[in-house]
Amino acid sequence: MRDGTPGNVVGAERQVVLTYNDGSSRQTLVTDVETPFPPGELIVSRTDPEGIITMCNPAFVHMSGYSAEELIGTPHYILRHPDMPRAAFADLWATIGAGHRWTGYVKNLRRDGGFYWVFATILPTVRKGRVIGHTSVRRAPARRRVEAAATLYAQLLVEEASAASGAPPSALPPSPSATATSSRGRVAIAGSRGGRQ
Amino acid sequence: MIYRLAIGPDVHVRDLADWYLLNTRLQRLTRETFRVRLFDDFTELHRAYAVGEVDLAYANAPDTAELVPAGYLPLVRPAGVSDEAAVIVAEDDPVRAVEDLIGTEELDVAATDAPDVDRICRILLEPADLAPAAIRVILRPNYILAATSVLAGDVRAAFFPRAAFDGLSAAAGRGLRVLVSSQVSVISHTLLAAPSLTALAPTIVEELLRMNDDPDDAGLLARLGAPEGWVPAGPTDVALLMDVISALA
Repeated sequence: MRDGTPGNVVGAERQVVLTYNDGSSRQTLVTDVETPFPPGELIVSRTDPEGIITMCNPAFVHMSGYSAEELIGTPHYILRHPDMPRAAFADLWATIGAGHRWTGYVKNLRRDGGFYWVFATILPTVRKGRVIGHTSVRRAPARRRVEAAATLYAQLLVEEASAASGAPPSALPPSPSATATSSRGRVAIAGSRGGRQ
Repeated sequence: MIYRLAIGPDVHVRDLADWYLLNTRLQRLTRETFRVRLFDDFTELHRAYAVGEVDLAYANAPDTAELVPAGYLPLVRPAGVSDEAAVIVAEDDPVRAVEDLIGTEELDVAATDAPDVDRICRILLEPADLAPAAIRVILRPNYILAATSVLAGDVRAAFFPRAAFDGLSAAAGRGLRVLVSSQVSVISHTLLAAPSLTALAPTIVEELLRMNDDPDDAGLLARLGAPEGWVPAGPTDVALLMDVISALA
């Protein structure tokens, strides 16, 4: 699969290294080109318990920029955008790992280095009491909510970078302020849990 | 024993005769008595499901998600067809996109009580970021009257199954347009057999699949909502449908 490489990136790019929870990492190119969520489309996908994509609908193919053949069998985290804080995904996995539904606003990385925002719902797929994977539906988000999520995530990224470097947040580049006080609470602005599945 | 074939209110009145044709065919095939029962609203249909008065049902996705765990057996679903929904407005309404509704304090909508259509259309309106109470649904017995309500200015919009809007006559649809239409692609109606009918299920499925190969059945298939024929509704298909409906709730 060729993604985020000079030949297929559209727009002014910057190079980033993405490190995933399974310890793997990859170097890719990202741009500030946003692909608007087409009116009416809903992205549907399923993964196995490890997050490997097992099913996707045409809207997923369209928005991600990958073919269905490229997506099936690939970890869902290939869509993870560097502007998404680790705390958001930690909250997501903790929530669905406990058998709950997770909803939240997510900035996804496209194959061409651009991005798209979604309002995501992810829930465990349970059969005979056993989690056999996850089902996700992503839909067009309200713009005002995207702007709030972007502000929050930028703040969380600064804090995460501060924690990693040992420097206080004030020594790092300025970021927009978030309104909530606790990290858990702030993540919950973007993500929330519903009833047990 | 008399088996009851439920025809829900989301089947277009124009196509009812074709469901009677299918009913007759099932009777000949199985040498059993099947009786069509028409439902004018989902409340009555759901009551019939609850008290075991339905043996064969062409169920929408939310109903399928309820009935399969209750013991109904999925038989077939239409090939290449998905249930989509649309928000309809008057042709001369200044709103051109859902985002144009941002800031709207009250949005009156005409709709039937079809649960799948209501669910998807509310999702379609989410980019407008309306307050939960802002959407006020005024129930109408059928889609013709929902369309009439928009044209009369009684409501701003209507929730429609996309197929029902496309199937409106030129006279009924004049003056209306689609504001936004869904493209979910993975949910559809499913023909379900109640536990009372499972012994006959293999015979029914075989007959329905045989229709796919008979050119004489092409017209009937199209009017039943399966222009490309039927495909077996396997456990994987139904499980996906149930998970997606749960995720949309």
